[in-house]
Amino acid sequence: VSETTLGGIAGRMPKFLRRADPAVVTAFACIVLLLFLGSLYSRSFLSPEYLLQQLKVASFLGVIATGMMLVILLGQIDLSVPWAVAAGAMMACAAAAYGSVGIALAIPFGVLCGVAIGIVNGIGVAYLRIPSMIITLATNAVAQGLMVVYTGGFSPQDSATAAMRYLATGFTIPGVPNAVIIWALIGAAMVFVLTRTSFGRAVYGIGNRERAAYLSGIDTRRIVLVAFAVSGGLSAFGGVLLAGYASKAAQSMGDAYLLPSIAAVVLGGTSILGGRGSYLGTVAGVILITLLQSILSVMQMPEAGRQIIYGVVIVAMLLLYGRAPASR
Amino acid sequence: MADQRGTLLAFGIFIAMFAIYSANHPAGFTANVVQTAANKGVLLAFVAMAQTLVVITAGIDLSVGMIFTLTNCMASWLVLGTGIETVFGVLVVLGTGLACGAVNGAIVIYGRLQPIVATIATGAVFFGLALLLRPVPGGSVNEDLADFLTGRFFGVVPASLVALLVVVLAVWVPFSRSELGRAAYAAGSSETAAYMSGVPIRRGKFLAYTLAGLLASIGGLFLTFFTYTGEAAYASGNAYTLFSIAAVVLGGVSLFGGKGSAIGAIFGALAFRTIGDLLFVFDFDPLWQPLFQGVILLIAVSLGAFALFRVRNRLEWFL
Repeated sequence: VSETTLGGIAGRMPKFLRRADPAVVTAFACIVLLLFLGSLYSRSFLSPEYLLQQLKVASFLGVIATGMMLVILLGQIDLSVPWAVAAGAMMACAAAAYGSVGIALAIPFGVLCGVAIGIVNGIGVAYLRIPSMIITLATNAVAQGLMVVYTGGFSPQDSATAAMRYLATGFTIPGVPNAVIIWALIGAAMVFVLTRTSFGRAVYGIGNRERAAYLSGIDTRRIVLVAFAVSGGLSAFGGVLLAGYASKAAQSMGDAYLLPSIAAVVLGGTSILGGRGSYLGTVAGVILITLLQSILSVMQMPEAGRQIIYGVVIVAMLLLYGRAPASR
Repeated sequence: MADQRGTLLAFGIFIAMFAIYSANHPAGFTANVVQTAANKGVLLAFVAMAQTLVVITAGIDLSVGMIFTLTNCMASWLVLGTGIETVFGVLVVLGTGLACGAVNGAIVIYGRLQPIVATIATGAVFFGLALLLRPVPGGSVNEDLADFLTGRFFGVVPASLVALLVVVLAVWVPFSRSELGRAAYAAGSSETAAYMSGVPIRRGKFLAYTLAGLLASIGGLFLTFFTYTGEAAYASGNAYTLFSIAAVVLGGVSLFGGKGSAIGAIFGALAFRTIGDLLFVFDFDPLWQPLFQGVILLIAVSLGAFALFRVRNRLEWFL
């Protein structure tokens, strides 16, 4: 298909479609395709209960991917997600063991632990200029080490507080799970920050060219530090919700969220090089990944097959629209 | 000499750490202690060499640990039986490593994807294949070959160290001296300048990724020789990826590409392993080992920040 015919087709489309990012449109098209394929396999794929259940499962990934997106928009990456998630969950559950004060402070304490991990990442990236990929791997290892020492190598016995369970599994509005509402609130806040605040503009600016952002008077180091702290905090909050969902924390509960959170952001059209991407795309990516996981598990695909399909799909979709420009 | 500073520093750290280690080891500095330490260190050394090749091109391979795991599982099926069968098995395992590396290289270079995301995704595929091969740990290996390669020559020289030396001479030395090896360095140092000078950067980078797969598979083969089994362990694969980066940094290889050598990374790997094992000779609880290794990794990567003191113009932060 040549450029001109594409332009011709786009020219005849309504305005909102013309302005849409092709990556976001592709991601939504893939969601529809997956639902269609799923409905061929079983009728229940299109039932409201199933879709709502998927949305609820997606909201945990959605919260984590929100933080990841902020960091990727800067042109960085956060590989400390696995143990930020686990640390948030474990520390929140641990706090719950310390009486009524502990129960009240469980959620903030868990999130705070994630923020602390994020701040170490941010200091490393922004002030020490260590590549984010490396420093976040290192903090991930340290967080893992701390948790192993704390738990003695076993899954902790403390269970989640009632508040955590309510946030993850309860219903405030009948029919809409609380987790979905939380994701919607966090998502709305993120959209506001990215599009309506100077912080958000600075994030895009740094992602495009940090030098130029610095020269235009932005305190780039502070912005990067804050973004990593938010990412760590959101990962930990995702962990808190997951612990509420499962009633307790587990050793490797975060491992399953690293690749999906990066994949969701990148499949949603956010450039891995930073500076480009919309939150709508991330929402599409999160739903896409969750549906893919769900369909594979409904088809009773063993873990091995799931990993393979998963990696292949991500590489294939990235090859479709996530490629870097041809050199020079 | 200035080029070798990183390698010499890693060598120094390793010698110092190993001196402390063997001085405090209950059995002292004996052939047995050296052999055990060598066998453990060599595994990481192979994976670290693999990581070096990719890091030199300013890329990163987050799937090395999974190639290592996959080839371990494969070797536990194939490196068995008569001499011919064993040789065939070894060749298939090494070929698989080459293929995995080539896939990474093709996706990153010709598919123009970012190495981080691409290799995390291919790592998932490699781990899935490993799980297919070994849903539960098991299998076996040609024990004569395994004992030969993990034992000692003339009663003193650890065979695994000799094997490491052979691999260095057969893979790293020819690579780093070849035109394509220099192209890999040039691509990591400044891709634009290298392209403008007509250096074959694509082929150089592709060769680096492919050989990285081969080296990781040699590591996987040796893991099978040490353990006699194959196991698709997610945590151990990830740990080797992580430690390979630590070893590369300790070995003086620049994560921004273009600087460092696999020899440095080997000493980095041996030093990292020795530091990790120091806990045992000082009788700490093994529970502290992951934290200890994580902190060493954190310190190692922070050492790079000293370069900031040489920055005269703040704009150089953003290069």
